[in-house]
Amino acid sequence: MYNYSDFDEAFVRTRAAQFRAQVERRLDGSLTEDEFRPLRLMNGVYLQLHAYMLRVAIPYGTLRADQMRQLAHIAETYDKGYGHFTTRQNIQFNWPKLTDLPDIIDALADVQMHAIQTSGNTIRNVTTDAFAGAAADEVADPRPVAELIRQWSTDHAEFQFLPRKFKIAITGSAEDRAVIRAHDVGLELVKRGDEIGFKVLVGGGLGRTPMLAPVIREFLPKADLLPYLEAIVSTYNLMGRRDNKYKARIKITVFENGLDTFRAAVEEEFARIRPEFSGVDQEVLAGIEAQFAPPAFKNTPVEFYEKSLAVDPLFKAWATQNLAAHKVENHAIVTVSIKEHGATPGDASADQMRLLADLADRYGYGELRISHEQNVVLPHVAKADLPAIHAELLRAGLATANVGLLSDIIACPGMDYCALATARSIPVAQEIATHFKALGLEEEIGGIKIKISGCINACGHHHVGHIGILGLDRAGVENYQITLGGDAGPLAAIGERAGPGFAYDEVVPAIERILRAYLAIRAGREETFIETFRRLGPAPFKEALYGEARDAA
Amino acid sequence: MSVIVRDDGFHAEDWAGAVVELAPDTDAGQLAALTAGAEMVRVAFPAFSDGRGFTLGRRLRALGFTGRLRAAGHVIADQYAMARRSGFDEVEISDELAARQPEAQWKARADWQAHEYRARLRG
Ligand code: HEM
Ligand code: SF4
Repeated sequence: MYNYSDFDEAFVRTRAAQFRAQVERRLDGSLTEDEFRPLRLMNGVYLQLHAYMLRVAIPYGTLRADQMRQLAHIAETYDKGYGHFTTRQNIQFNWPKLTDLPDIIDALADVQMHAIQTSGNTIRNVTTDAFAGAAADEVADPRPVAELIRQWSTDHAEFQFLPRKFKIAITGSAEDRAVIRAHDVGLELVKRGDEIGFKVLVGGGLGRTPMLAPVIREFLPKADLLPYLEAIVSTYNLMGRRDNKYKARIKITVFENGLDTFRAAVEEEFARIRPEFSGVDQEVLAGIEAQFAPPAFKNTPVEFYEKSLAVDPLFKAWATQNLAAHKVENHAIVTVSIKEHGATPGDASADQMRLLADLADRYGYGELRISHEQNVVLPHVAKADLPAIHAELLRAGLATANVGLLSDIIACPGMDYCALATARSIPVAQEIATHFKALGLEEEIGGIKIKISGCINACGHHHVGHIGILGLDRAGVENYQITLGGDAGPLAAIGERAGPGFAYDEVVPAIERILRAYLAIRAGREETFIETFRRLGPAPFKEALYGEARDAA
Repeated sequence: MSVIVRDDGFHAEDWAGAVVELAPDTDAGQLAALTAGAEMVRVAFPAFSDGRGFTLGRRLRALGFTGRLRAAGHVIADQYAMARRSGFDEVEISDELAARQPEAQWKARADWQAHEYRARLRG
């Protein structure tokens, strides 16, 4: 895993000192609140409903055990004992005091972490596949490239005051577990013959105008990445709209100017600046790649694991749901669900964080990941150790066997924390989870993605949920719109609105009608909800929601 | 009146020659033509949150402009390093801003060449 170079260390320490001074200069009046705002945002500090909120970057979702322990320490010392893992591979602390923030930033720097550019109109924390470096299906580990982009974009002089925020996601696998089509720039590592390069997508995004990113370059040689990204962002910096913040994202720039015009401007700038890059970035990249060399995998046999599967139904249920294929035969990727039925999706207590860190040390080569689906991943676990891990998770209440199932819901903070919210989202997620658990239908329904946002900004990815739920405010009353047929994977799609919205207490019954309709019409158990939707379209689900009378009206 | 900021601190205006003024929405394709033969180019920063000027400065330098390059308007001390790294020689600010953010706050960023990732990666 990546360890800071002296350069990184000096940078982060200097930046922490600058932030401490900025807080002091705000307090003594040198900086107006207006001027302080973007500076605190560049360091991940938001002002929320009840308090400041600090968003800490977990670069490309990768954490060492000691870093996880430090997050637990921060949660206990400066917050209320928990943190919230987000869809952007960050962790948010909801209750820090402004005057404590410089100390928290120092505590992060002590373990090579920071909150730089997790907010603001700049290039944000680069996100990637939580299974990177472990997945059986990837062309190459995307994290070294993500680290290279982190370094290049950090404090980039030209790109700290862009028209709007800018999010880059990268996947090493065609399976795309990083939702690259919904990002400002999406990168997919691909092979042309023996050469590794990138497929480059530009102009995706969710929010109030959801768009899936088109391809701007089918194949970009690996060594051209930084100048090409620089050409894209610089073109956007000049061409992006600044008159209306709802039209300022690059998706609108690309859409309004047309992909061809945008591409021509990018390629022209790229041709001009390519020679400025001497190639040292590729040497830096090679050094980073060496640091991401896989651990020395244990050679333990799998018989004990197989025997446990046969005799322990609880273990088997968990293994069926929460494990994914590892590139090494006798290992598995473990997803620890942070979605216990009825709990807040993505919230983890300091004790849970510590336990996960310990498990990573004992069984997982010291490595952890945060997934965009708000779960924690142990990317490398020998199958022989799985029964022991499962037993410990059970004791800690972390063995919920629901990954990929209905209760593995993405939900944004919504009205419970967020200043922009128009409705609650966490309680909706909680009620859906507990309701279907009580009905005993969750396993029967099988794989499905439900995603919930508490306002039009779509932080909960509802547009790309198989079932999306968007909480709005209709004359002071919460009203929830349901979208159907969205998808975040390689077959990415924006869900379509089913029809009129529902009051808060009508949401769970509405979801139940949709899912009972699915159970009645699916071709068989192996046909998932989204497959049934793709085969039959929205009509049967709309009918289940509104009845035929409503359809005709 | 205004104050000119350089690495060594505050100065009074000391340029009397001709100036080519560039607005933030200047067409990038016209940069070379607009600045041909200029000795001093002044790029306007109407608001500190408008970062177009940084790209204009960097592109001017990439096009080979070697004259004096000034960022003028609402640029705050925290952006001094960004301006210098983008190719500007100096920043011009109002007296009001200079009073609120005195010289020491600007000189604190005179070390703008230190800790720059991009310069390190470009080579
Ligand atoms: C709690 C404070 C938060 C605020 C004030 C906030 C604000 C916003 C805003 C204004 C947008 C719309 C941007 C646009 O359309 O241009 C947005 C989008 C988004 N945010 Fe948040 N957000 C918050 C929390 C979160 C959390 C907790 C997550 C992760 C779970 C998140 C992830 C995202 C994502 C994925 C998008 C949509 C993708 C896109 O950028 O198009 N945000 N957020
Ligand atoms: S979707 Fe809206 S309510 Fe939810 S976190 Fe984003 S801005 Fe807040």
